[in-house]
Amino acid sequence: MSAFTASRRLGAAGYLACFNGIVWREVLRFLHQRERFLAALVRPLVWLFIFAAGFRQVLGVSIIPPYQTYVLYEVFVTPGLVGMILLFNAMQSSLSMVYDRETGAMRTLLVSPFPRSFLLVSKLLAGVAVALLQVYVFLLIAYFWEVEPPLIGYFTVLPALVLSGLMLGALALFMSSVIKQLENFAGVMNFVIFPMFFASSALYPLWRIRESSPLLYEICRLNPFTHAVELIRFALYGQIEPTSLAIVSGCIALFLGGAIYAYNPSKGLLGRRGAPGGG
Amino acid sequence: MTASAQPSAESAADALMVRGVSHSFGAIRALCDVSLAVPRGAFVVLLGPNGAGKSTLFSLVTRLYDNVSGEIRILGHDVRRRPTAALRQLGVVFQSRSLDSDLSLLQNLTYHAALQGMGRREGHARARAALAKVGLADRAAEKVRALSGGQARRVEIARALLHDPACLLLDEATVGLDVASRESVLAIIRGLVQQGVGVLWATHLVDEVAADDHVVLLHKGSVRFSGPVPKLLEIAQAGSLRGAFMRVTDNTRAEAA
Repeated sequence: MSAFTASRRLGAAGYLACFNGIVWREVLRFLHQRERFLAALVRPLVWLFIFAAGFRQVLGVSIIPPYQTYVLYEVFVTPGLVGMILLFNAMQSSLSMVYDRETGAMRTLLVSPFPRSFLLVSKLLAGVAVALLQVYVFLLIAYFWEVEPPLIGYFTVLPALVLSGLMLGALALFMSSVIKQLENFAGVMNFVIFPMFFASSALYPLWRIRESSPLLYEICRLNPFTHAVELIRFALYGQIEPTSLAIVSGCIALFLGGAIYAYNPSKGLLGRRGAPGGG
Repeated sequence: MTASAQPSAESAADALMVRGVSHSFGAIRALCDVSLAVPRGAFVVLLGPNGAGKSTLFSLVTRLYDNVSGEIRILGHDVRRRPTAALRQLGVVFQSRSLDSDLSLLQNLTYHAALQGMGRREGHARARAALAKVGLADRAAEKVRALSGGQARRVEIARALLHDPACLLLDEATVGLDVASRESVLAIIRGLVQQGVGVLWATHLVDEVAADDHVVLLHKGSVRFSGPVPKLLEIAQAGSLRGAFMRVTDNTRAEAA
């Protein structure tokens, strides 16, 4: 390999090739795993078709921003279900990273000559790309279920989806560095996914939660997932919710910083714990 | 064997140079003052029983985590200070299988090519050439899960060679393979040495060591011997490598003269 070729590979074109390769692999893996694709879709659709239909009469929703009129419960819950797709997809990525680390496949990524922070961010964005595919298929199906945001909303929601996906992905990435074994992932389900999802505005408006429990209301307000859902809800109607935008952006910086620290070879947690292999 | 790394002169440097490296996991000392060198075009066997510290050393060389003492250079580039320059000269075959079973051989290799900064066209061309090198060109489109253990190992070797590394690390590369597959893998690797690649072959199997190989014997995190096999036999006063291995790893310290 000539010095010129080698240095060119590590220039801007090389970075782009590396990023494309990581995203391409993630999308390819997802498309190959049809069951995962179906499961990712069935989960929110069950909530939309069954749960939302059942709760429509029980809950009802008053006129709250960004809605300008009374909306069906299905319409209200859709941003929460989009958030659910992003949340589960992020945790699936976390699971696959723990698995990759246990089997050693993670090393293939980490021995690349590109900076580790770049590799991790690329991996994160690849996970978001996969989640976006699922979200848009879900929104398409939801459209035929009378969830009809304005056409422009399908475009304005994209940045909100990317930011929310990055936040949840960065959290999952950090968790993958601290979860010691694959078996511990069940604990993640119990202690992270379910509390994050249920203690949020995904299924019910915050003002209703405040009426029933002020403490739970405060917990929901502190939950970053609440702000991801609200960011998506407003963006789906072409609006920006500034508080949620600030909190989601701050959480991205915090979680991503933690993940990069944990995977940093000189400061991180991997070296203290030891690597797979027995030799 | 003496280390002869010249940090500023890639052409004169060893493929791999490890000097005075120690590493601990909490209170457990995994490596203690380990030094070794792999010149270009040399085949060096890192021999040691399970738990000797071979995988830890590989983790440090591949910068899974950093060495806190000593230095590691790949073709003269310090892996801590210049990781990009160092790692681009490194090819690795890990102990556990690290191919993606759901992807084809070609897709696995193209992904690795991208991780080395190659575009799709170059990656495809190199992947096909590398598969041809290990005799699997006709199976490029098949999924990895359809391969036998030996064939998968050959794909991993092809992957490690894709970017023309100067240094190749193999960690227990023949574990789980039958005799024919083991010999096939070893033959491919020894062929690479003729082409100037420096190879560090980590194993606990003494029958993978040839009579004139250079051996670094690692035991309980320390280098117990570094030198050619005949010297090891002489120092250990053993008639076979197996006997010498048993003797040296039984708390006997032998040093190359």
